Amino acid sequence: MKDLIEIRWHGRGGQGAKTASLLLADAAFNTGKYIQGFPEYGPERMGAPITAYNRISTKPIRLHSNIYEPDYVVVVDDTLLSSVDVTAGLKEDGAIVINTTRTAEEIRPLLNGYNGKVYSIDAKTISERALGRYFPNTPMLAAIVKVTEIMLVKDFIKDMEGSFKHKFAKKLEVVDGNMKALKMAIEEVKEL
Amino acid sequence: MSIRERLSGNEATAFAMKQINPDVVAAFPITPSTEIPQYFSTYVANGQVDTEFVAVEGEHSAMAACIGAEAAGGRAMTATSSQGLAYMWEMVQIASSSRLPIVMPLINRAISGPLNIHCDHTDAMASRDCGWIMLFSEDNQEAYDNMIMAHRIAEHKDVMLPLMVCQDGFITSHSIENIELIEDDIVKEFVGTYKPAHYLLNKKEPIAVGPMDLQPYLTEHKKQQAVAMENAKIVIKEVSEDFEKMTGRKYDFFEGYKLEDAEYVIVCMNSTAGTVKETIDKLRELGVKAGLLKIRMFRPFPGEEIAKALSNAKSVAVLDRVPLVSATGGPLYEDVVSGMFVEGINVPTINYTYGVGGRDVTVEQIEKVYADLQGLKDMKEPYRFLGLKSK
Repeated sequence: MKDLIEIRWHGRGGQGAKTASLLLADAAFNTGKYIQGFPEYGPERMGAPITAYNRISTKPIRLHSNIYEPDYVVVVDDTLLSSVDVTAGLKEDGAIVINTTRTAEEIRPLLNGYNGKVYSIDAKTISERALGRYFPNTPMLAAIVKVTEIMLVKDFIKDMEGSFKHKFAKKLEVVDGNMKALKMAIEEVKEL
Repeated sequence: MSIRERLSGNEATAFAMKQINPDVVAAFPITPSTEIPQYFSTYVANGQVDTEFVAVEGEHSAMAACIGAEAAGGRAMTATSSQGLAYMWEMVQIASSSRLPIVMPLINRAISGPLNIHCDHTDAMASRDCGWIMLFSEDNQEAYDNMIMAHRIAEHKDVMLPLMVCQDGFITSHSIENIELIEDDIVKEFVGTYKPAHYLLNKKEPIAVGPMDLQPYLTEHKKQQAVAMENAKIVIKEVSEDFEKMTGRKYDFFEGYKLEDAEYVIVCMNSTAGTVKETIDKLRELGVKAGLLKIRMFRPFPGEEIAKALSNAKSVAVLDRVPLVSATGGPLYEDVVSGMFVEGINVPTINYTYGVGGRDVTVEQIEKVYADLQGLKDMKEPYRFLGLKSK
């Protein structure tokens, strides 16, 4: 891993992009890294475009600005591709991970000339199969961990089981579904 | 051994309050307030503290309840932000003039209008002369550490003044970052118990709190408050030294970053300081002698010490995170330059309004300030806006 990895999340209010960025920060923290996880708060409305950020570093982080040249971008909702410039500043040696069922031919023209790696994952199908409902953030979290290689997948899985048990202490029945969604996402994320 | 954790600034502050375990917390959980009372109320509900939590109907009442509890002899806290502080403003000054050492985290956010909920320092600056000690915090760690030191400072017999711990709204209050926490028992021992010399519930010594104070003595009582604020400087130094012995983390009136040999210096407070440090490292590699003076103790204001620390600079920029609508400099600028004037230090010093209403503060903006400082020829344009989209 590089000394500093910067990640930008694009989602819509209610899809859990902020929570996913905080869970990613948690997971990286547990591997001994220095982390930041912060949303860019706007007028919070269900369905409105939102942005969240992660910095993951081997050294203490002092910067307190938003991220303009991310190493990675995660797009939790592919309808944002036509309205938000998701690849703005994205480094060509980085990657973008998109929740979509569309093909490379359909996606590439929507990326404003971005030539780096593009990964896709059908978080909707995974979520509906594993959880019975559409919560795209858990599969997207797993996908970005796989793509960035910020930690070993087996460490991530083990760590998240603990996190979910803590987070869902009062509804343990959803832990299995979330774990299933994570594992499916790790298998199914693919480079377009 | 410290505890390695990751918490937001709000979580870290609430955690400090849990460790302090005050007698009373009175708070109103509206949007301009913070997540701090929400987290703290969970500790109350779980029985992790034995605090009396008073859910009041507004911030004015929150401060009034703290005043009542503190006057009765208890340790009282609240937390607020933005409009919440504006609404409690009247009571904020009753607290300080009654010499009640209430401790209050303030999450710095804009004051409406137009309506804006994001970070700037307008709330703090509008209350800067309310007689409270004001400490500012670059990140969640500093916010937590300042909280742990707060009661020792505020409750010292030579001080007896309320204290605000400020940090940047959203930028640190809602950002998860690494933090080193101190064990409960060590915090408890460090903070100690509050034993006021005079209090309302002492039946052996009946007293009045907050009586009318007219022409004969108000001036003398205000002078006493001013002396207490002077004393706070000494106490803050002592407590910070004790804290350093305990944790290894050094705190002073202000922090200098590559300040010793700096030719071009930025003065600022809170989270922007971290971004300035990053910029300095970049510029130093290019041979630019850039430096930072980050103010931690804003009230009492260490004007003399700041002036001396800036005396060898070629030019200085003071960054005010408040909108300048006074046809003169911002509050931090005016304090800094008045300190320099009194000390007879004449270094060209300009002022920037920046980061208003949550406008993101970038390395590029800070580089622009240092470039301006290097090219500063005269003082024809002392008051500037940073990152303005159009003139």
